Amino acid sequence: MDAILLQVLNGLDKGSAYALIALGLTLIFGTLGVVNFAHGALFMIGAFCSVTLQRILNASFETISETEKDFLGNPLKVKTPYVESWFGPEVGASIIDWSVPLAILFAIPIMIAIGFIMERGLIKHFYKRPHADQILVTFGLAIVLQEVIKAFFGANPIQTPAPDALSGVAQLGEGLGLQIAYPIWRLIYIAFALLIIGGVFAFLQFTTFGMVVRAGMADRETVGLLGIDIDKRFTTMFGLAAAVAGLAGVMYGPINAPNYHMGMDFLVLSFVVVVVGGMGSLPGAVLAGFILGILEAFASTTWATTTIPGINQIIIYLVAIIVLLTRPRGLMGKKGVMED
Amino acid sequence: MTKSNLTRRGMLKTGAVTGAGVALPTIFTASSAAAFTNEPTGSSVTLGFNVPQTGPYADEGADELRAYELAVEHLNGGGDGGMMNTFSSKSLDGSGILGRKVEFVTGDTQTKSDAARASAKSMIEKDGAVMITGGSSSGVAIAVQGLCQEAGVIFMAGLTHSNDTTGKDKKANGFRHFFNGYMSGAALAPVLAARYGKDRRAYHLTADYTWGWTQQESIAAATEALGWQTVNNVLTPLAQTDFSSYVAPVLNSGADVLVLNHYGGNMVNSLTAAVQFGLREKQVNGKDFEIVVPLYSRLMAKGAGENVKGIFGSTNWHWSLTDEGSKAFVKSFGTKYGFPPSQAAHTCYVQTLLYADAVQRAGSHNPCAVAEALEGFEFDGLGNGPTLYRAEDHQCFKDVLVVKGKDNPTSEFDLLEIVEITPRAQVEYAADHPMFAGGSLGSCNPGA
Repeated sequence: MDAILLQVLNGLDKGSAYALIALGLTLIFGTLGVVNFAHGALFMIGAFCSVTLQRILNASFETISETEKDFLGNPLKVKTPYVESWFGPEVGASIIDWSVPLAILFAIPIMIAIGFIMERGLIKHFYKRPHADQILVTFGLAIVLQEVIKAFFGANPIQTPAPDALSGVAQLGEGLGLQIAYPIWRLIYIAFALLIIGGVFAFLQFTTFGMVVRAGMADRETVGLLGIDIDKRFTTMFGLAAAVAGLAGVMYGPINAPNYHMGMDFLVLSFVVVVVGGMGSLPGAVLAGFILGILEAFASTTWATTTIPGINQIIIYLVAIIVLLTRPRGLMGKKGVMED
Repeated sequence: MTKSNLTRRGMLKTGAVTGAGVALPTIFTASSAAAFTNEPTGSSVTLGFNVPQTGPYADEGADELRAYELAVEHLNGGGDGGMMNTFSSKSLDGSGILGRKVEFVTGDTQTKSDAARASAKSMIEKDGAVMITGGSSSGVAIAVQGLCQEAGVIFMAGLTHSNDTTGKDKKANGFRHFFNGYMSGAALAPVLAARYGKDRRAYHLTADYTWGWTQQESIAAATEALGWQTVNNVLTPLAQTDFSSYVAPVLNSGADVLVLNHYGGNMVNSLTAAVQFGLREKQVNGKDFEIVVPLYSRLMAKGAGENVKGIFGSTNWHWSLTDEGSKAFVKSFGTKYGFPPSQAAHTCYVQTLLYADAVQRAGSHNPCAVAEALEGFEFDGLGNGPTLYRAEDHQCFKDVLVVKGKDNPTSEFDLLEIVEITPRAQVEYAADHPMFAGGSLGSCNPGA
């Protein structure tokens, strides 16, 4: 029982990342009609916002040690972060320790700005082009972005650890006779994902802006005829989708050390999630994200891989095939989307 | 007065016949005198450095390239000479190789076998490289080694740790200085048994390709010989990034040791997941749970950050060694680049010197002559103590380092501490050992 619940948690954890990325993809597709293959790169850039803030907070001045030597036998240059010098060693160290949560605030404006620039600078020129063109140009953009990140930060993964207070293990289900040890940060990631997803749905459901966007998604032309500048609102939605992907990346940093390729690792799977959920369906994307995350977690267990070797590699695609054969529009897809 | 019979037509005929007569021997010379592929004829000789310049091992590839450039500088008489001053063979004098200036071309392996073969092929066919070296993956090393065998050039492997490189996939034109999975097991197992006891149950997570398989086999055999049990071995896809689903079952498996047969990003991510799940704070079977990373690299340790502290593994070489060769190399490299070299840089630098020295001693770049000079060659002063290039499989035999993640690093490079220098005799094995069976060197191919 413990092992099953553990894999459910693993699935929810992985599914959270899928759901957040797929949510952004669907938002962009639903509003702008663009298939954005650069969305994984936004997830990766979010993680590197965290790396950047960590480097800023670790910016140091050097003093020459009189006693210690470096690897060449020269006097050692001891680095002291400016924040430790300004706020004292303890407060300074705490600020550095909490760099990932602080990076959330750092990443939001950056990601929205990147989203705006991407949409206004490149993607808007492809609105009326075929989906194949959109895929090619956004995929090319993704490659450019990851190479830029690699040029600045290198190819090796860079650790962005969770704060010490949140990096331990939580014991779950003790009152129920269960013994489940699960990393605290991963639980926070699941909760964070649910909060963001809830926030996006609430924004679309309960605000006037969201109502207009939903109306635009349903019938763009009619909304335009009512004198509403729907394009401007859709651009804002692109910024919002970029911010969601970026925040997913920031929070994912302590789970897997950020590297320039992490966006591509998630991109293809996230597209499968969108297709399984139903193109253009926000609840479908979230539901499919969590379901496929859990299935993937169970398919990676020793029992599953021993019974059907390689099942962990193909499970998501297998489910996609079955869903598309039985429900061609995906779990919650609507008629007419990408069918013209 | 004499009358000349010289006519325009006659002049052209005579010129054509004479020209053909003069050219004929040259044509024959050009084809028949090239005794081997890319025989150098001018004042320079070209080496091909085939390293990952893009892809996940690009940082390691960059360090390899730095080492190669340093080696070329030293061979041509530049810099402080580095390990040429400590090398037991004194045939290299800073005047290039056989009096020819050393030049180089580079290729990008991308850590993909097909891309690595294509870049090596291009360097051999278009750039005239007489030797190919480099790489950060066993899959790539085996692929390029096969190509060099067919093309008739020497391959001096870079970082490749699979037993297969000098086992079932060994080739007469290929040579490996780096250690292998068997040696890691032979060096590491006694240290693990001494630290953690002989009654241990190990769970292996293994990268699903040639290197992972052979390392797992080697570590399991070496630890089982000392009393450990292997409770499970789970193969993980090379492209895996989140290892939580693989780490979670370890908690209930009854194992008290987790062996991560992973390298690069796989190692960083699997170790991070294992630490996140609290394995290091866990007690199983009345013992502290332990994690082992059999193959360490400083560059990867940097990626894993705090997670490597106290974790045992093995390396081919480390910059903190205090022998004269290592000190000379660290000084040269550190002065030029501002940081200490990695083990990948070390093995690549050494391989270049060993090739140049073998050519110098053989008096020819002919792969068969070079192979003969390297086979059975005993040397010292290159950072690993007395070393043998064994003739039977072209594998170097030397001391192996058992290391541990440092608890209190003093700098970003000071991540590993040497626990033991395992003597060469302890890591040697017979050329026909079952873990290396299934292939044969064949005969050297000079190409052309």
